[in-house]
Amino acid sequence: MQPLAINHFSIVNSVGVGSAAMTHALRAKQSGLTPCNFETVSLDTWIGQVAGLNDIRVRSDLNAYDCRNNRLAQMGLELDGFAVAVAAAREKYGAERIGVFMGTSTSGILQTELAYRRRDPYTGNLPKDFCYAETQNTFSLADFVQRYLYLTGPAFVVSSACSSSAKVFGHAARMMEAGVCDAAVIGGVDSLCLTTLYGFNSLGLISHAPCRPYDIDRDGISIGEGAGYVLLEKKCKQPVTGTMLLLGVGESCDAYHMSTPHPEGMGAKLAMQQALDAAGLASTDIDYINLHGTATKANDASEDKAVYELFGPATPTSSTKGSTGHLLGAAGITEAIIAILAIKQDLLPGGIHTENIDPDLHSNYLLNNRDARVKRVLSNSFGFGGSNCSLVLGVDG
Amino acid sequence: MRVFVEGIGLLGPGLNGWQASRPLLRGEAAYANIPTVVPASELLPPAERRRTSLSAKLALGVGHAAFVHAGRNAATTATVFTSSTSDTENLHHICTALASMEREVSPTRFHNSVHNAPAGYWSIATRSHALSSSLCCHDASFAAGLLDAAAFVAVDGKPVALITHDQPYPEPLQTVRPISASFGMALVMAPQTTDHVFATLDINFVPGNANVTRMMNSALDTLRATVPSARCLPLLAALAHAATAIVILAFGEKSHLHVVVTPC
Repeated sequence: MQPLAINHFSIVNSVGVGSAAMTHALRAKQSGLTPCNFETVSLDTWIGQVAGLNDIRVRSDLNAYDCRNNRLAQMGLELDGFAVAVAAAREKYGAERIGVFMGTSTSGILQTELAYRRRDPYTGNLPKDFCYAETQNTFSLADFVQRYLYLTGPAFVVSSACSSSAKVFGHAARMMEAGVCDAAVIGGVDSLCLTTLYGFNSLGLISHAPCRPYDIDRDGISIGEGAGYVLLEKKCKQPVTGTMLLLGVGESCDAYHMSTPHPEGMGAKLAMQQALDAAGLASTDIDYINLHGTATKANDASEDKAVYELFGPATPTSSTKGSTGHLLGAAGITEAIIAILAIKQDLLPGGIHTENIDPDLHSNYLLNNRDARVKRVLSNSFGFGGSNCSLVLGVDG
Repeated sequence: MRVFVEGIGLLGPGLNGWQASRPLLRGEAAYANIPTVVPASELLPPAERRRTSLSAKLALGVGHAAFVHAGRNAATTATVFTSSTSDTENLHHICTALASMEREVSPTRFHNSVHNAPAGYWSIATRSHALSSSLCCHDASFAAGLLDAAAFVAVDGKPVALITHDQPYPEPLQTVRPISASFGMALVMAPQTTDHVFATLDINFVPGNANVTRMMNSALDTLRATVPSARCLPLLAALAHAATAIVILAFGEKSHLHVVVTPC
């Protein structure tokens, strides 16, 4: 594929509000995970909660969109100068030439969960103030982002569980290559809700401690919330040293099970190989792999097999979910941005909370931060339904 | 962007398959709005078949029919799923459970509630490892899927199946988001002509709103207007007529798709 330029991005989650804070958190090996005290949830687990969402409101002209997910979306847009950069791009390309492709798994479902508690005791009706299209519908997120940024190009939501906001890179790249748009705002936002907390609990997949990817005692995920955005633009004809680039995207299906990954990591391997092929790179060209690394028994075992088979024992890998928690539909974009920060900082981030690496896992899993030249990173995102996406990001020159 | 249409699958109220529906879409036979008949999928192994929801059955049903029509192998073909609602029953049950004291969420309901559950079941059923996307664009979900599928064909130069589906919500959500029927449609599209191709579509994203193409038959037009995935009906009517036509599909309030349908 033609490399695409990433000149602007923003990030927010429990451990970092803005890219400077996220960088600091990676350097300091901080975690945003805390014991679960979200809403009325009574589960013995840890979560990554973004502070202050109860106290903000979405911009007043978009009042109908007000819900936790869109508040978080707005918070992300206002960080790192992102909305300002998009406004400049709007002047440059035209509002109708910028696409908006966003990933989310649950959109504003919390709003519906809360509305179900307030159903009319006689009629069963939902409260009058419930705004379906603007909050609950899966599209709500891209609709909100597009309106917030005054854009009018093609917009939709990609919702394939935990691969959603990695796959948006592929959609945007195809739309730009096809000439439908000149640039794209892509990203992902997922916020805490009862559906995912109780749902993953029902599957026995949530950890009772801060999640420990690749640990022999790993016992599941820590759910977090977060938002991330990238402005994707065409690359200058002349290489500009230091320009951050999207180099490759690989997408596949496990065709195995709805909520368990393929035991041999077959789909994961396909996605990683396709991403390398799209980038025109060999596995030895990759300096660091940001794993999906959810800390469930099955994911880490399956992903490790796939990674080891393609990359062998040398390539440094880690999961940053011990820091952020699993951001579900926002995981892909968050970890793509962490990959960018790793490149900018020449930092291989060590995974946190993990103490004893599972001896059955053979990839080179980093427990400590390491300073090293980082030019190209592969980032994995895998979701329910066996939906896999791998990205290759790198720096020009 | 030009795509070559090889196969269609269709299930909707009074629309029981593409071939049976063609005379209705041409206005040559009387249309009767009778409830959609969704067959159990023969594609899935029995254990998975028991677990699938109506939305997955609908998507698998139309997808399978379109591939039979196209004479193409589903195991190696990319897919774009698009739905305004995805699974409505599971969502309602989960929200009801979460509003109760017990908060007991069924694990099967939870994994079936993800927007890409039909895509997951499809890949299991067809053993397809090919690229698959699951999109949502509220009322414009079909238009978004068509644009995305066309971009995939244009850029990757490979065939794709577009599968659009919706189903009504149980109350109380049906009142706030009325969807009149279960509806599913699949289009298999190739990057060049093949023995099975019977029409081309030239698809363009156009800024600004426009008067959308409507159905001549008022009952079919009501169906078009009351089920997001049924916004594809004017395109199907043009394909059923097998004559050159322009179809305008709304894409939000500020843009639309301009589709030229040419039989071949």
